[in-house]
Amino acid sequence: MKTFAELGYPGRLVAVEGIDGSGKSTQIYLLQRWLEQQGLKVFFSEWNSSELVKSATSKGKKTNLLTPTTFSLIHATDFADRYERQLVPLLRAGYLVLCDRYIFTAFARDVVRGCPPPWVRGLYSFVALPDLTFFFKAQLEVSLRRILEGRPQLKYFEAGMDLRLSQDPYESFRIFQGRLLEQYLAMSTEFRFRIIDANQRVEAQQTVLRQVVADQIPLAGYRAPNR
Amino acid sequence: MAKPRATHRAPVPPPAHRPAAAHVVVPKPTPKSFYGHGIPGCDVSQLTGKLIVMEGADGSGRSTQISRLVTWLEAHGHATVQVGLKRSTLVSEELSRAQAGNVLSRMTLSLFYATDFADQLENVILPALKAGFMVLADRYIYTLMARDLVRGMDAEWLRNLYGIALVPDAVFYLQVSPEELIQRNFAKNHALDYWESGLDLGLSRDMFDSFVDYQKRMIAQFQELQKIYGFTIVDGNRPVDVLGRELQHKIESVLTGNGR
Repeated sequence: MKTFAELGYPGRLVAVEGIDGSGKSTQIYLLQRWLEQQGLKVFFSEWNSSELVKSATSKGKKTNLLTPTTFSLIHATDFADRYERQLVPLLRAGYLVLCDRYIFTAFARDVVRGCPPPWVRGLYSFVALPDLTFFFKAQLEVSLRRILEGRPQLKYFEAGMDLRLSQDPYESFRIFQGRLLEQYLAMSTEFRFRIIDANQRVEAQQTVLRQVVADQIPLAGYRAPNR
Repeated sequence: MAKPRATHRAPVPPPAHRPAAAHVVVPKPTPKSFYGHGIPGCDVSQLTGKLIVMEGADGSGRSTQISRLVTWLEAHGHATVQVGLKRSTLVSEELSRAQAGNVLSRMTLSLFYATDFADQLENVILPALKAGFMVLADRYIYTLMARDLVRGMDAEWLRNLYGIALVPDAVFYLQVSPEELIQRNFAKNHALDYWESGLDLGLSRDMFDSFVDYQKRMIAQFQELQKIYGFTIVDGNRPVDVLGRELQHKIESVLTGNGR
């Protein structure tokens, strides 16, 4: 698999990955604001957000209708829709595309749910790799606290309840997130994750993000046209 | 277990057949397998039913033949379940909506169909086979693969995707010439379907030409797939009764374990 830069796209894709509560969404939002304020062409895309697929996914989740296989396929469908209709055209047009979660989320989740890694990777073999992937590595307990404090009602799939790890949603969530973290760490070298210490203060993390982005991407080339 | 969706077509009158004997023959179990890794946690040795697949274009007579087979199988004391494309609880509505708007790209549509297939496989096909039912599938992964291959998608990618699928006990491909298909489609609807005419491929601005060209490509693709998957090509240009008798005969040997 190659990155968008290696494939000759004028645009660049930056992705953030990490378990729930690692603070990645906050960080990519701040990065987006910083890039926009410089007058650059920026687009933000979120995991599991394609309008077309959304109603099916939420129906499946609400009725606990999803199995590991259909969970995997419906998320691949969602990703393909965003990828082909938004990400790729924007990258062709020279945009900086920011993704809150990318295919690594599927690689981690689907495998923890019991789908074979070669099958999952095969599903996404049509996809190019991000030019930069930030992985937010937090201590499991810190992430768990963040989520569990803010939102006591855990959703069924979010807590990995379908895996029957524990009858208790909180315990299930802990085990599930722990396994996801293992999967992420196992692919960190292969996919050249840039590891961000997510136990640091928000500002300290954002400084690292901005520095790396400025170092790796010639931002001056991504100005939006003057109007 | 999900119930088979009621067919919206008028019921086909039962074919003339000899009265079934009171003694019901128990089908001989044959070993089953998946094309690839299959469905995590599924034990194929528990699948005692039979999976019979009918493939072919719109107008090839699939539904007519399936409905006759159901009548015949039930007369012989076998429980049946029917499945088909775009009938899943999970995504069928969304898939139809997306298709009507023609807004999905190729890869997305392909994965959407695969989701629909997987949902029915896990929630209908496998439980029914476990309960010893005869599952009649109105199309299976071969149509999905052929449609994508005609559109230039990667064969290896498709093969990995459908590694989840169960190998059927029998697959019949009703092959009908494009000219005959046109006559049958007009006799039924007085119109050709957008997707069955492959209009998204831009083969021709003329729908009639596009239909013929597209169906020829599909036939060629099915012949390629036949070499890999070894299904039975049946001449669907023949009268309904003649074809029906042949299918019954072939399925009899599937039930006695001599098929495939």
